[in-house]
Amino acid sequence: MSKQLAIDRIRCDGRGMCAELLPELISLDDWGYPMIASGWVPDQLSAQAERAVRSCPVLALALRSVPVPEDP
Amino acid sequence: MSRLRLLSGPDLAAGSEALNAHVQRLGPLPAVGPGLFDSVERSGLTGRGGAAFPVARKWRAVSAAGGGGALIVNGAEGEPQSFKDRTLMSLRPHLVLDGALLAARAVRASSVVLYIGEEHRTAQVTMARAVAERPEHELRHGRVVLAPARYVAGESSAAVNLLNADIASPTTRPPSPHEGGGGRLPTLVQNVETLAQVALIARYGADWFRLAGRRGAAGTILMTVAGAVTSPGVVEVEAGISVREVLELAGGATQQVTAVLLGGYFGSWVDAASAWDLPLDASMLRERGLTLGCGVVGFLPVTSCGVCETARIMEYLASESSAQCGPCFFGLRALATTSGRIAQGIADPGDLARLERWSREVRGRGACHHPDGAAGLLQSALTAFATEFQSHPAHMGSQVA
Repeated sequence: MSKQLAIDRIRCDGRGMCAELLPELISLDDWGYPMIASGWVPDQLSAQAERAVRSCPVLALALRSVPVPEDP
Repeated sequence: MSRLRLLSGPDLAAGSEALNAHVQRLGPLPAVGPGLFDSVERSGLTGRGGAAFPVARKWRAVSAAGGGGALIVNGAEGEPQSFKDRTLMSLRPHLVLDGALLAARAVRASSVVLYIGEEHRTAQVTMARAVAERPEHELRHGRVVLAPARYVAGESSAAVNLLNADIASPTTRPPSPHEGGGGRLPTLVQNVETLAQVALIARYGADWFRLAGRRGAAGTILMTVAGAVTSPGVVEVEAGISVREVLELAGGATQQVTAVLLGGYFGSWVDAASAWDLPLDASMLRERGLTLGCGVVGFLPVTSCGVCETARIMEYLASESSAQCGPCFFGLRALATTSGRIAQGIADPGDLARLERWSREVRGRGACHHPDGAAGLLQSALTAFATEFQSHPAHMGSQVA
């Protein structure tokens, strides 16, 4: 099933592991915080994406199968 | 439109309307039946706190999730230029309470929390007095909670967080307050003006609500007019009227106007020539990539500098970050410092390009919309004041728009 990467921005501390493990989809901004390419994670990167999720030292990264609903 | 709605009734200079006068004028609080959801839905009423989210959809979400949480009556009004919420609470407190009681019953809220900015003393006193006037059974579970004087304190998850954890900082979504989740009950957070509109829709219906409004927009809106106008302050207008008309309602401009700040500090700068005919309606502005926000329109006079104004606002918004999310805390600080350098005429060669890149990059990267709002304001400034940003001389000290 297609999934999307999601970051809990409050938890994220900018350790940068995700960008090391998944440079195809995640880059870091000038302060070391991740920027995610929009859209679904392509199948060929899903194993790498799962590894990046497991490796986040503050558990801020997740893979979500449902898009986030529109929200006030 | 000469006939006001939210601000109709006794002379506004007479201050707050007492309960007996309110009931005499508008009749008693209507009963809540299943029809209220439909009326609110058909009216097309959207939230007046800034996000313009459809009210009926939020109510249905809270109901579907089981209700049972508090209703937070949001009168925090942290937007520095906005006065409409505290004005409404100070003049027509029972309209707000009526709407709160109706909404609380509709979504089966367990209590009503009046969430009022700690610096808005008149509104606090008026609302507390209005609660005391009400029959005891109506607001048995009602109380006033003071919102800290921070920009983000009025954000809905921050309001819920203050009730739960005593800190008015936004929390990660999902879950949104109206979804409940995390062991918390679904909570309806609704702006005071929105609730006052509900009080009228419950009495007069959706069709009546839609009688006001121009160019297809529905209802009236409270707006705060600021800057270079003869009579700055709060006006009630038909949704969809133009920026030019709102300026006329405020007595016209005191000087030549070069730009308009639409929607407050999370809004957009628009050069005056493009602004005059814009319709003041949330969805019509959204179609144009703009926002009505909480209804602030600020007129920048020719004697003020848009770059300096923007730098000052960015400094404020950076200092108002709740410092929870890196891209917001560091990003807005960098945007503020860099805009400040340009305003002071001591910019580095790469500063403008950095502003453009960072303002794209920080968008959508916070738990709440604080970075989005701040970045959007700056991006609009880079367009509206493009020439000024390119070559800005050293001068500070422009006046508030």
